[in-house]
Amino acid sequence: MLKLENISLKIAANPLFSKLNLEVDAGQVTTVMGPSGCGKSSLLAHLCGTLPSVFQTSGKIILHARTLNNLAPHERKLGILFQDDLLFPHLSVGENLAFALPEKIKQQERRAKVEQALEEIELSGMCERDPASLSGGQRARVALMRTLLAQPEALLLDEPFSKLDQELRGRFRKLVFAHAVKNQLPTLLVTHDPADAKAAGGAILEL
Amino acid sequence: MSLLPAFPLLTQLLFLLPITAGLFGVLLPSLGYLPDLGGNQFNFDIFRQLFEHPALPHAVWLTLFSGISATLISLFLAILLAAMLSRESVSGNKNSRMSGLFVIVRRGLIPLIAVPHAAMALGLAFLVAPSGWIVRWFSFLLMGWETPPELVTVQDPFGLSLIFGLVLKETPYLLLMILAALPQIRAQEYIRIGQSLGYGNFRSWLKLVLPQVYPLIRLPVFAVLAFSLSVVDVALILGPTTPPTLSVLILRWIDNPDLSFRFLASAGAVLLLLLTLGALLCWRVSEWLLLQKWRNWLSNGKRGNGNEAQKLAALSGLLLLGTAFLSVLGLALWSLSLRWPYPHVLPQRWTSRNWERHWSSLQETAFTTLELGIFAVVIALILVVGCLENEQWRRVSFSFRSQWLLYLPLLIPQATFLLGIQILAVRLEMDGTFLLLVWSHLLFVLPYIFLTLADPWRNLDERFPRIGQCLGASPLWVLFRIKLPLLLKPLLVAAAVGFAVSVAQYLPTLFAGGGRFATLTTEAVSYAAGADRRVIGVYGFLQALFPWIALLLALTIPRWRFRNRAALL
Repeated sequence: MLKLENISLKIAANPLFSKLNLEVDAGQVTTVMGPSGCGKSSLLAHLCGTLPSVFQTSGKIILHARTLNNLAPHERKLGILFQDDLLFPHLSVGENLAFALPEKIKQQERRAKVEQALEEIELSGMCERDPASLSGGQRARVALMRTLLAQPEALLLDEPFSKLDQELRGRFRKLVFAHAVKNQLPTLLVTHDPADAKAAGGAILEL
Repeated sequence: MSLLPAFPLLTQLLFLLPITAGLFGVLLPSLGYLPDLGGNQFNFDIFRQLFEHPALPHAVWLTLFSGISATLISLFLAILLAAMLSRESVSGNKNSRMSGLFVIVRRGLIPLIAVPHAAMALGLAFLVAPSGWIVRWFSFLLMGWETPPELVTVQDPFGLSLIFGLVLKETPYLLLMILAALPQIRAQEYIRIGQSLGYGNFRSWLKLVLPQVYPLIRLPVFAVLAFSLSVVDVALILGPTTPPTLSVLILRWIDNPDLSFRFLASAGAVLLLLLTLGALLCWRVSEWLLLQKWRNWLSNGKRGNGNEAQKLAALSGLLLLGTAFLSVLGLALWSLSLRWPYPHVLPQRWTSRNWERHWSSLQETAFTTLELGIFAVVIALILVVGCLENEQWRRVSFSFRSQWLLYLPLLIPQATFLLGIQILAVRLEMDGTFLLLVWSHLLFVLPYIFLTLADPWRNLDERFPRIGQCLGASPLWVLFRIKLPLLLKPLLVAAAVGFAVSVAQYLPTLFAGGGRFATLTTEAVSYAAGADRRVIGVYGFLQALFPWIALLLALTIPRWRFRNRAALL
């Protein structure tokens, strides 16, 4: 369960929002909505621990009984998907996925896991491909798999559907939510598209 | 408008002509052909003579060792520092003290880069000399060393102080190049992804950002390697003397009153060119081999946060900055001291006499330096703006054949093509003319002005000039009334950078000027051989001061001009 307690964000004495309380159960998708500039993305950056220090913050972030506030970004086990897929352009598709795998998985098993992940998103045999040669939809799916292979304990979605075209968007949404349920991940979706919120099917919070 | 295509053409010509001519100018004499000195036949005798020269093997070894080590160390430190500086602060910021350090290092970079190589080397020579500042502090603390310790710390036989001097200047340069390239590859976003996948900041930087950023800084790295292999002024001040590095050896042969030594110098210059090209090739091949070896490491999943590396980076960054600023400060103190015997940490008696005594010659050299710098900068600015305008109005991409032509004068050893130019200039009776001198400075000033100005110019919202045109303004009117004012700050910064480059030139001033023009740099280097630290202090400090003043003006003029224009500050 991902739990936010009394989260407040301020920048130079201007409060973005204050006393935000939220609970997201495993496999649930909660949506945070609001116009641009309301602090949606700053909220996610705060959860990840990558908010610039000009912001003043208060409140508690709790994930499965761990308090995240004082952990470094890489220790928080929060998977995040952005608007852009941000596949690493210097690595192949397979290497992008392998990058996310935990260190303890070695050699043969690593390869097998990558193949398996590619199969799951219907991209078998694309291991050696340059990410730049994939279509937008394919890249989005690889980005999702990359996030999941790192075995996160919660999923943060920063408008990951907004750059896809109408048809692709619906399919990719379904895929992401299905994986959130399958992996029992508490999921926080940030968006300004009401259709996203509706598809998520969980609680909706207006900022 | 119709004149625009002439700019890239003219610029290319200005570049290629002297470089090609310079290369032929050394190649022919090295093969024995120089009719003025009685060489009419082509043969390899001179190369045979060169290879039999007793000082050569050691000079070659020293050149390669110092040049390659300086480049490797500078690149290593620059990468370490860049990884540290580009890290995002953790919320709730436990490390605010570290962040303070980062700010200091980042702010200190620019003035450090502006200090000419020679001034830095002179300052460093005093700092680390056996009777130098560092030793004085410790003897002051311990009251032990009554006389300076008997150590060779400057001009040591292995070229270590030469390497140190080069690293001091090249690390900030490479660091700035890396920091400038980061936004192009969206480094911050990739680091965030890396972190969400469980990689520490430093690891993310090494695995995700470095492989993407390196191709963007390859040319600057090559320029540093070529420069370090062929540097003359720093090597004269800090390098070993018996034997010196190859470039200094070439300079000695040229200075030999026996003119037939010019053949040997030409052959040496050709060898230096071959060594540089060989080193660049080896570097490129090593890059490729390392990539093959480390490819697997990129995606093997090893995490970890690299705290030790960050501490090392913070420490080396501070050490570098501290050394650099103390070097310049040392020069300033010497220039104001009447008596400053060992082991005193500060001068015993202060005076303005050093400045007064050299005032008239200072005025003259300072004026020549200024004149030369301003001519080179103004010409370069006109050419660069013309090239960039041509690119935008005619929708042609980069008017230089990629960036290589721009980097050509920085990749070919100065000693090689400048010597060739000098030999030809003597023949054409152009040597020692102000025109040739400005031209030779232009070869080095223009690339830096182009590199500084190109990005801001291309990034200017193109709707501004379009609006201007729709309002009925001609392209020239748009340029002078809209673009140049909007780009005042980058223009002035580019001019200051160009000026700093001009002030720092040693070999071009010496060769193209035919020894007839004394600038602050040539004077400072020639005084370096003498032992009077007060004179060195005067010339060295003024040499460091000039680029600083230019930079200060470049930063304050736009602030004053646009004091009521918040969007342009």
